[in-house]
Amino acid sequence: MKTTLAALLSHWRRHPVQLATLLFGLSLATALWSAVQAINDEARASYARAAQTLGQDRLATLVRKDGSRIDQAVYVALRRAGWLVSPVLEGDKRFGEHRLRIFGIDPLTAPPQAQAVDVAETGALLNFVAPPGIFYAAGEAKTKLTGQTSTPVRVIETIPPGVIITDIGQAQMLLDARLQVSRLLLWPEQSPHRTPLSEIAPDLIERAPDEAGDLARLTDSFHLNLTAFGFLAFAVGLFIVHSAVGLAFEQRRPMFRTLRALGVSARSLMAVIVVELLSFAIVAGLVGVALGYALAALLLPDVAATLRGLYGASVPGAIIIRPQTWALGMAIAVVGTLISAAQGLLGVWRLPLLASAQPRAWAQASRQTIAWQLIAAAALFVAALLIARFGSGLTAGFVLLASLLLGAALALPAILMAGLSVGGALSKSAMSQWFWADARQQLPGLSLALTAMLLALAANIGVGTMVSSFRATFVGWIDQRLASELYVGTRDDAEAAAVRAWLVSRSDAVLPIWNVDGEVAGQRAAIFGIADHATYRDNWPMLQAAPDVWAKVARGDGALINEQLSRRKALNLGDAIALPGGYLTRIVGVYSDYGNPNAQVIIGVNTLTQLFPAVSRLRYAIRVAPEKVQRLADDLRTTFGIPEQNIIDQTAAKNLSLQTFERTFKVTGALNVLTLGVAALAMFASLLTLAGMRLPQMAPVWAMGITRRRLAAMELARSLVLAVLTAIAALPLGLGLAWILLAIVNVEAFGWRLPIHYFPGEWLRLALLSVAATALAAALPAWRLSRLAPSELLKVFANER
Amino acid sequence: MLLDVRQLKKSFVTAEGPIAVLNGVDLHLDRGVSLALTGESGSGKSTLLHLVAGLDRPDFGEILVDGKDLTTLDDAGLAAFRRETVALVFQQFNLIPSLDVAANIAFHARLAGRDDPEWQRSLADRLGLAGILRRYPEQLSGGQQQRVAIGRALAGRPRLILADEPTGNLDEATGDTVLDVMLSLVAETGAALLMATHSQRLAGRLGRRLHLHAGRFES
Repeated sequence: MKTTLAALLSHWRRHPVQLATLLFGLSLATALWSAVQAINDEARASYARAAQTLGQDRLATLVRKDGSRIDQAVYVALRRAGWLVSPVLEGDKRFGEHRLRIFGIDPLTAPPQAQAVDVAETGALLNFVAPPGIFYAAGEAKTKLTGQTSTPVRVIETIPPGVIITDIGQAQMLLDARLQVSRLLLWPEQSPHRTPLSEIAPDLIERAPDEAGDLARLTDSFHLNLTAFGFLAFAVGLFIVHSAVGLAFEQRRPMFRTLRALGVSARSLMAVIVVELLSFAIVAGLVGVALGYALAALLLPDVAATLRGLYGASVPGAIIIRPQTWALGMAIAVVGTLISAAQGLLGVWRLPLLASAQPRAWAQASRQTIAWQLIAAAALFVAALLIARFGSGLTAGFVLLASLLLGAALALPAILMAGLSVGGALSKSAMSQWFWADARQQLPGLSLALTAMLLALAANIGVGTMVSSFRATFVGWIDQRLASELYVGTRDDAEAAAVRAWLVSRSDAVLPIWNVDGEVAGQRAAIFGIADHATYRDNWPMLQAAPDVWAKVARGDGALINEQLSRRKALNLGDAIALPGGYLTRIVGVYSDYGNPNAQVIIGVNTLTQLFPAVSRLRYAIRVAPEKVQRLADDLRTTFGIPEQNIIDQTAAKNLSLQTFERTFKVTGALNVLTLGVAALAMFASLLTLAGMRLPQMAPVWAMGITRRRLAAMELARSLVLAVLTAIAALPLGLGLAWILLAIVNVEAFGWRLPIHYFPGEWLRLALLSVAATALAAALPAWRLSRLAPSELLKVFANER
Repeated sequence: MLLDVRQLKKSFVTAEGPIAVLNGVDLHLDRGVSLALTGESGSGKSTLLHLVAGLDRPDFGEILVDGKDLTTLDDAGLAAFRRETVALVFQQFNLIPSLDVAANIAFHARLAGRDDPEWQRSLADRLGLAGILRRYPEQLSGGQQQRVAIGRALAGRPRLILADEPTGNLDEATGDTVLDVMLSLVAETGAALLMATHSQRLAGRLGRRLHLHAGRFES
C-alpha cells in the first residue's frame, strides 16, 4: 500500500501547479462556506443569549390579552392570591445616539432561571434596588452609555449586546411606565391552591416559554439566504476541485492500469486513492476553515449592521472560534472532495486492464445526454412555473430558486451548443468553420466551468438587480418619508414644551413624532400619532389608501398600518384592528416602511394622546425653509443646550439612512464578487486541464500551416465566445432570480415588496467582467500554446504515440 | 528540381546527451517522382520528413523547395509553406475530430485558397468515401480514416506530398488498397511523393528508394 501511495503521489511532485490548483480550489470553497457558517453561528449564539436573558426560553409568562402593559396592582393581587410570579418591564430607551433595550427585574422575586445577573452573589443587592441603581450590560453597551447616564454600569459579558438589566423601579422611571410592568414570569412550581387567574386578572393570559426566541425566527430567512449563498460559492469552488482531480485521474490512467497489471487489486487501488484524496481534503480543509474565520471576521461587522438595520437584532462584532464550525468545515471539505472525485473513482473501479492506452476523450457528452438534460431542465422550468403560480411561503421561494438555477444549469450545454451551431452555419472560411466545430467539440470539457460561471453571473445579476431596485425605491421613499427639514430630540418634557413654544415663531410647522410600543394583531408594534399636516398628505408613501384618508386619521376614524403588518397579518383596507387598551379602529391606509423590522401603526396625534396620556413627547420634525435650517439648528443648540446628536437635519438623516442601506448589502456584494472570482478560477482550472489534452486536435491544424500564435489567438477567442454566450444566457436567469427575490423571498423575509428596476449598464459591466475574467483564465493556456516548442507538437505525429 | 536537400544535420538533446539523428543528408526529388525512404526505427526517416515539411528546423544544411530555402523562413513563412506547397499523410491519420469527412477533405485546400468542390467530390468518389461524407472521424474505420487523410492531402493539389508510414496502422490488404489509390492519384496530379516506410515490399512499388541508416543514406 505504501509503495502504491508513493507511486501515486509522485504524480504531484511533477505537477505542482495542478496540486496547488486542487488545494487552492478546495480551500477557497471551504473558506466561503465556513465564513458563512461562522457568521450564522455567531448570530444564532447571540439570539440564543437574548432568548435566555430572562429565562424566556424556559419560563411561561403572564401577559395582557391586548398586549398593553399590566398594572402593578394586578401583580400584587396575584402574589397575594398565591401566584409565584415576578415582574419584568421591558422597553427601548435612547441614550444619545444609541437606542438600548432596558429590562427591569425584581431580584427578590425572580425565579433562578431568570437570574441573568446574580445580584445577591455580587453583593450589590442594596445598590441594585436603591437609587441611582446599577446597570448591568455587556462591554459594548457600556461604551454606548459613556457620558449618557449617571447610573453606574457593571459589565457582564454574557448579557446580549444592546441590553441593559436594572431594577424594575429604575426601569419604570427610565421608560416612563410608573406602576406598570410588561409581563409576569411564572415560577415553574406553583401552589395548587392558588386562586384561578380568571378571578384575579381576567385580562391576562398565560404564554408558553418561547424556546427559539423572536429574533431567531425573524432572522431565519436572512440566515437561510446567507447559507444559500455560501452553498452556491462552495458548489462553484467544487468545480475547480473537479477539474483538477479529473485531470489527475486522466493523466494517471496509464499508471493505474500498470499498477493493476502488476497485481494491485482494484479495491486496494481505490483505498489508496481515497487516502490520498482525504489527505488533500484535510490539509485544504484546515486552511479553508482558517481562511473562513478571517473572512467572517472581516464581514461580521457589516452583517451585524444588516441584522440591526433589518431586524433590530444586536450581534457582537467579533467572531468566536467554535469547535462545531471547525468540524463542519472539515466535514464539508472531505465530502466535497469525495463528490468531486466520484466520477474519477468510478472510472478507476471500472478500468479495463487491456483497454487502449490512448487518452480517453474528455467527458464526451453525447447528443443524447444533452437531450436528456434538456428534458430534465424543461421539467424543472415547468415545476418552477407551477410553484411561482401556486406556491407560497419562503420554502416555496427557495424551491423555486433551486428549480430555476438547476434547470438553467442543465439547459446550458444545449443552449451553448445551439449558439455554436448557429455560429458554424453562418461561417464561411475553413478556419472559422473549424473554430465553431472545435468549440462544440470542446464544450463537454468546459461545460462544468461554464455552468459555474452561469450561476455566479446570474447570482450577481439577480442580487445586483434586487439591491439596485431596492436602492432606487429606497432613495425615492426616503425623500418622501424624510420630508421635514430638521429633526430634534429633547431631553425631558419641560425642555420639549419650551422648544415647542420657542419654535412657533421661528418655523413653518412643528410636527410631533410621538409613539408608544404595544401589541397589535399579535405583533409587537410601534404606534405613532401623526399631526394633520400637508407634509404627510403630500409626501407620505402610501401603497393603498381609502378616500379622504388623512381627514379620517385626523378625526380618529381610522389608522394607517405599514406594509409589514399588512402582509404578515393579511390586514387590508377596511379591516378592523384593536390597539392596546382595546381601542378598535379600521385600516384606512397601508404605507411602505422599508428597512423597519417591526410592525407600525399610525393614528391621529389627538387619538394617541387620549389613548396613551403618558406618551413620551420628546421628538419633533420641524418644517422650515431650507436656507434657514443650519441657523435654526445652531440656535436650538445654543438656546437650549441640546446635544449635537439630538438635532439632525434632513440631509444628514438621509445620508445616515443611505449609509445603513449600503452597509446592509455590503455582505451580499462581497459574497457575489467572491463567487464570481471562484467561477473564474474554475474556468482557469478547466482550461488548463483541457489545454494539455487538446494537443492532438491542434497539432494537425498547425501542421497544415496555421501558426501557433494564430492557434493561440483562436483558443482565446473560443473561450471568449463561450463566455459571451454564457453571459447572454445568464441575463434572463439573473432577472428571473431578481424577480423571485423581490416578489417572493423579500416579501416573506422582510415583509415588503419592491418594484423591479432594470439596469442594463450594470448587466453590461458584469458581462464584461465575466468575459475579462475568462480572458484572464484563458490567457495562460493560450500563451503556453503560442510558445509551445514544435517538438512537443511533433510528438502528436510520432508513430510511438 | 522540386526538392533539393543539402548536407542536412539534426540532433536531439536527451538525458544521455545529444543524439545525432541526421548526419549530413543530401536528397533531390523532381516533380512527378515518387521516392520511398526506408530504414529501421530511429534511423531518422520521420525527422527528415518533418524537416522537409517545415515542421521543424535543421541544425545545419539547406532545404530548397522550388528554389526557396526553408531554413531562412520564420514561423509565419514556414506556416505559409505548409499551407500552400506541401501536404502530409500521417500514420495516425490525424484528422480533425470536430469536422465531418467532407469538411476534413476540403480543409487544407481551403486554407491554401485552392478550394475546388468538384475535384473534392471526384476525390471522394475515387477514394470510396462518397457515401460517408457526413460522418465524423470517430465513426470511421482505420482504412476509411486514412483514405480521408489522403483525400485531404490531395484536395489542394500540392506540389509535394509527404507520407509517414501511411499504411502502418492498417492491415496488409487494406494498406495495399489505400496505397494503390494514393499512388494513382499522385501520379494523376503530377505531385512528387516522399514516403517513409518500414516495408521493403511497399517501397518497391515507388519509383525510387533510399535507405537511411544512422542518419545517412546507404546506396
